[in-house]
Amino acid sequence: MTQSNGFKVIGTRPVRHDGVDKVTGRALYGADVRLNGQLYGAMLRSPHAHARIVAIDTSEAAAVPGVKAIVTGADLPHVGDQIADIGEGAVNLRHLSANILAGRKALYFGHAIAAVAATSLTAAQQAVNKIKVTWEELPPVLNLRDAMAAGAAPLHPDVFTDELGEKSTTPSNIAEHLRHEKGDIAAGFAEAEVVVEREFVTGTVHQGYIEPHSATVQWNADGQLTVYCSTQGAFGVRREMSEILGVPISHVKVVPTEIGGGFGGKLNVYLEPVCALLSRKAGGRPVKMTMSRADVLAATGPTSASIVRVKLGARRDGTLTAAQAWMAFEAGAFPGSPVGSAAGVILAPYDIPNVVIDGFDVLCNKPKANAYRAPGGTNAAYAAESMIDELARALKMGPIEIRLKNAAREGTRRADGPVFPRIGFVETLEALLHHPHFQSRLERATGSRRRGRGIAAGFWFNWGGTSSASAQVNPDGTVALSEGSTDIGGTRTSIAMQLAESIGIPVNLVKPQVVDTDSVGYNDATGGSRTTFATGMVAYELGQKLREELIAHAARQFEVEAAAVRFEDGAFRTDGKPPLSYFDVCGALRDTGGEIVASVSMRTKGEGPAFGAHLVDVEVDIETGKVKILRYTAAQDVGRAIYPPFVEGQIQGGVAQGVGWALNEEYLYDKAGHMLNAGFLDYRMPTALDLPMIEALIVEVPNPRHPYGVRGVGEVPIVPPAGAVANAIFDALGVRMTELPMSPARNIAALAAAGVAA
Amino acid sequence: MARVFIPPLLRARTGGLREIELEGATIGALLLALEAGFPGTRERLVLNERLMPGMAVIVDGEAAVDGLKSAVGPASEVHFVPAARGG
Repeated sequence: MTQSNGFKVIGTRPVRHDGVDKVTGRALYGADVRLNGQLYGAMLRSPHAHARIVAIDTSEAAAVPGVKAIVTGADLPHVGDQIADIGEGAVNLRHLSANILAGRKALYFGHAIAAVAATSLTAAQQAVNKIKVTWEELPPVLNLRDAMAAGAAPLHPDVFTDELGEKSTTPSNIAEHLRHEKGDIAAGFAEAEVVVEREFVTGTVHQGYIEPHSATVQWNADGQLTVYCSTQGAFGVRREMSEILGVPISHVKVVPTEIGGGFGGKLNVYLEPVCALLSRKAGGRPVKMTMSRADVLAATGPTSASIVRVKLGARRDGTLTAAQAWMAFEAGAFPGSPVGSAAGVILAPYDIPNVVIDGFDVLCNKPKANAYRAPGGTNAAYAAESMIDELARALKMGPIEIRLKNAAREGTRRADGPVFPRIGFVETLEALLHHPHFQSRLERATGSRRRGRGIAAGFWFNWGGTSSASAQVNPDGTVALSEGSTDIGGTRTSIAMQLAESIGIPVNLVKPQVVDTDSVGYNDATGGSRTTFATGMVAYELGQKLREELIAHAARQFEVEAAAVRFEDGAFRTDGKPPLSYFDVCGALRDTGGEIVASVSMRTKGEGPAFGAHLVDVEVDIETGKVKILRYTAAQDVGRAIYPPFVEGQIQGGVAQGVGWALNEEYLYDKAGHMLNAGFLDYRMPTALDLPMIEALIVEVPNPRHPYGVRGVGEVPIVPPAGAVANAIFDALGVRMTELPMSPARNIAALAAAGVAA
Repeated sequence: MARVFIPPLLRARTGGLREIELEGATIGALLLALEAGFPGTRERLVLNERLMPGMAVIVDGEAAVDGLKSAVGPASEVHFVPAARGG
């Protein structure tokens, strides 16, 4: 039956295809893999934030009963300087390799140094404890100010500041400087009647996925490697394994398992090449390694700590005339923070005629930063949205009023140059404006508790990328769909729904599966909010091909031309003859031309930029500094919600992560660079007890470049929360919080500095 | 002719020009034309005959997928920006 949105499948809420396996515990995740003859791996990690490796003695470790192989950085092939597009931006493969196993220096606490494979995990761990490393400790550089200071000791002698291809003459911890300019910044500020300016600091945070990294690798005697791992992108793992290990890409097959969260942190390899080296040394026996939570936090992709300064100028009527942003992002031990995308995000929601944005990618002795859901967006929006709030207060304008007045629309030129296509920021703000939450009055609390309301906006580009899929029609009418996009957030079902809609069949007839890299064409990773958009676009094209074939088969049964056949409401029809059911045609495929199999691969274009606007009520206890989230409403233009519960889940999940970033999450290091809170007891993520029901307000401004209007959902919802919560805290206390997380201790200190007494 | 927007950090090589109208049916052809007029610009945007890793080229508001071979129309607008994908 066709719904009010004009579709039969899209927008419905069918049982998800992977639901039974996941609720019964049968779904296989990375750590569930067990192969015949499997060995267990364990890793020695650096106890120092910065130290030269003088020597590694593995002799005692090798003597532990059960040990079959030991590897160090010396076992990795020399890959040399090769710049490649992997993950979020350019990567030097030599750096990628040195992050897998340290070479001459350990560059952060937890950096992998050596690994052991043994017949039991206990034996492997015992052997790791017997590896003797002779260290020469070096002073660590642990924050942006120290790293960027004149005369700071460079982490790498061969990293120079890159300014769009022009290199500095001396090594530097500033790996890159980028800039965007639009209009005349001096004239813009000269025109301004009100100017606000402030600097913000954010801490290092982790993606916090539930499932730790796990990899099992077998390097056969014939040179073929099979990799079983939990990853956002099996084809990216294949490429990185090929590049790092120096083997042909055709020798690597990656079998993706189910994934227990990634959020950008599972785009790159960590354990996989090490398991491969161990497997080869152990005579081809498979080697499995699974990280502990401490390893995950200490050694895998956190996102960057940052310093962001924002200056805004406006006329008295609220029209923005100029904006300037300066942002420095920690890259960790190797270049590659998300400062580039942060620079694109920071002022994107607004139409500002005069803008300058400077960004710096900065090295320090922390783990290599990785992408985290709208990489850089949360840091950037926290600063920019705090300043929009400050400007609105200075102008005595409402928070939605000022944003609507300056909102980016179709045709607005972004600060980095391109012009927006059809976007739905205005519609998103208007949806929030008319929502009962915004229309409600916030009851003020009594005693030590203060309440406030805050609003912030956020933007993400969204990404298209390459997707491939294939499908076959079975005699019973089911359609087997093979795709290569890791299922995150239920994408199996959202892709299957688009295929079903395109063919014109119920979604329960589609049997989707995520297959290995030898069984489907190339797919970029599931990330950048691309899969429902791009693989969905492929599913649409695939459906059109299958539909055309099915009509051709029906035409043969009817003995008419295909052009004379229609497929409507589950039946094939032609004038003057009784209709044939879909199942009749599928059951007769072998008699009407043979099996129907189709494949589609697309480098997609037309990704739809997306915006969100969040509204939050908080209560701050000024005696303890604790912030309680009372109510949260997140509006977002998603283009088209294929499976609304998944869309709501993405928005709610992004908000939960953003609130954790805003209020609690932060890597803590001592002065020597030892991580002090590498566990979920001390690295405090929000739980269900910390959050109210988050209301997701779905706004649909269809992307005209997608057959079903999809934009992508997952990135945007993590962008506004920190700014929204900070603005709510200001509303409650009259104190502008300029550092994340806004933890109880930091809030108490800010209150004391502002002279607010409990 | 296509309007090619010059990234701010490259404007020292174009005499401060922010945008330049160039003839060319592809991004690669435009960059050759740019280099002819402003020597030293192409090497900042191209590595090993491919678009510089980490960079995206936006043609008429959309990320071009064919790198230097991406088609450009006579009235196209071209930008070189940091590639942004996501997590």
